[in-house]
Amino acid sequence: MTDIAWIDAALVAARPQAVGALLRYFRDLDAAEEAFQNACLRALKTWPQNGAPRDPAAWLIMVGRNSGIDEARRKRRQEPLPDEETISDTGDAEAALAERLDGEHYRDDVLRLLFICCHPDLPAAQQIAVALRIVSGLSVRQIARAFLIGESAMEQRITRAKGRISEAGVPFEAPDAVERAGRLAAVAAMIYLIFNEGYSAGGDTIVDRAPLCDEAIRLARLLLRMFQAEPEIMGLTALMLLQASRAKARFDAAGNIILLEEQDRGLWDRAMIAEGLALIDKAMRHRRPGPYQIQAAIAALHARAGRAEATDWAQIDLLYATLERLQPSPVVTLNRAVAVAKVQGPAAALAMIEPLVPKLSGYFHFFGVTGGLLMQLGRYAEARVAFNQAIALANSAAEAAHIRIHLDRIAQDCATRDGTGA
Amino acid sequence: MLYAILCYNSEDIVGSWSKDEEAVVMARLGAVEEKLARAGRLGPVARLMPTTAATTLRKTRDEPLVLDGPFAETKEQLLGFFVVDCASLEEAIATAKELLSANAGVGGYEIRPLMLFKPGLISSGGEVA
Repeated sequence: MTDIAWIDAALVAARPQAVGALLRYFRDLDAAEEAFQNACLRALKTWPQNGAPRDPAAWLIMVGRNSGIDEARRKRRQEPLPDEETISDTGDAEAALAERLDGEHYRDDVLRLLFICCHPDLPAAQQIAVALRIVSGLSVRQIARAFLIGESAMEQRITRAKGRISEAGVPFEAPDAVERAGRLAAVAAMIYLIFNEGYSAGGDTIVDRAPLCDEAIRLARLLLRMFQAEPEIMGLTALMLLQASRAKARFDAAGNIILLEEQDRGLWDRAMIAEGLALIDKAMRHRRPGPYQIQAAIAALHARAGRAEATDWAQIDLLYATLERLQPSPVVTLNRAVAVAKVQGPAAALAMIEPLVPKLSGYFHFFGVTGGLLMQLGRYAEARVAFNQAIALANSAAEAAHIRIHLDRIAQDCATRDGTGA
Repeated sequence: MLYAILCYNSEDIVGSWSKDEEAVVMARLGAVEEKLARAGRLGPVARLMPTTAATTLRKTRDEPLVLDGPFAETKEQLLGFFVVDCASLEEAIATAKELLSANAGVGGYEIRPLMLFKPGLISSGGEVA
């Protein structure tokens, strides 16, 4: 790897911690980002000559703080800091500062930075965009591409969202245990949104959106390193690793969706699966089940099955039942119905999801699953209606194409039947 | 003489590598390994999972303490390691507990799953000296 590539990776890695600390210092998001930017420019200039500091984040924070940003923005007095020439060798000053950062504020700095992106007034898409910009440091162009909109529209969207965040006021007081747990939960949900933004990509959008999965996993690992004993964060990380492990098997060369049961399991990423399983093992020891852990456990049962037929559907049904209790939602019931269909047959599954019609009448997967169950029961006319509704609600061309395959199969079956009848 | 060469690096930075960047590094390491293997000088090679997958056992007066995360003390030094095949984390913890009670002094054991393991073969037969 070239020096510049290494420096780039180091800057990306240090960003959440550094911007988080600068935000605490300047109490202003724009000032923090600007200071970090200045520090990065300085790093690109001095690191190739002087070598990289032992703790890049600590270096960037100090240089950022000294970067000549308007003094008036500083709301709080800080002890004077040494200039970067003194700290770029791995002397005691740097070690001492790094220790202070680690011990006292580091966790809450990063958590705060992630948390301000989860403002409840911001729609999910804006939360993701802001987090990718502020925390991950993706360029507006990269984010715009992932969301399939123009760069200037995305620029506006992010600016508006940041305005909302600063209006709402950034919570600077150190959180108590309850507040911290609340922030963690909000941040976990936002990270999973980022992941799903990447995971739901298909066709042409994969190239631009799939990296969001890696980014979400990176943020989750960062969070877990700071909150090492949180089983739900272990569960979230495991869930994303297990889902992402199937990335290479989910689409064929033409971009068509390949369902879990038909995927070539040899293409699943064994290293990701192994890490996911290890994290679930750790989480289980806490005996504090939560929605992410349960979903991860379900994903683990798929990962552990060498062949689709070996899947432990009865156990999956039980896990979904637990998830329904913890976090009741029609979508969870719909997913459970898929397991029920395997264990008890399509009629039982259909009876289970029929009451969901009013709640899921706008949901693609509901009609896809319903159509599939009706087809298995030989109720072709009703299946066709359901599949057509699914196509109308499809989120991508690949989803619609997948449903058309079922419609073609029905048409074929009907033709054969009519043929024999004639 | 057999030497263990331990790899230290920033997990944050390694975790920020793209898949391509990671592949480049692994290929370059692989070339070094291959040279050593051809000379019959390469023993086991292991790559550890991230520290987020680690569990640590700490010696206390009573039952050992099981903690999430890596062994983070600087008062103790890395003195050795075992590679053990375990069916689950529970089994790994039980094994580490046995080692802990067999061992003397302070300190503990960190249990870290491997993401890569190559057993290797040392042609001298692997005598330490």
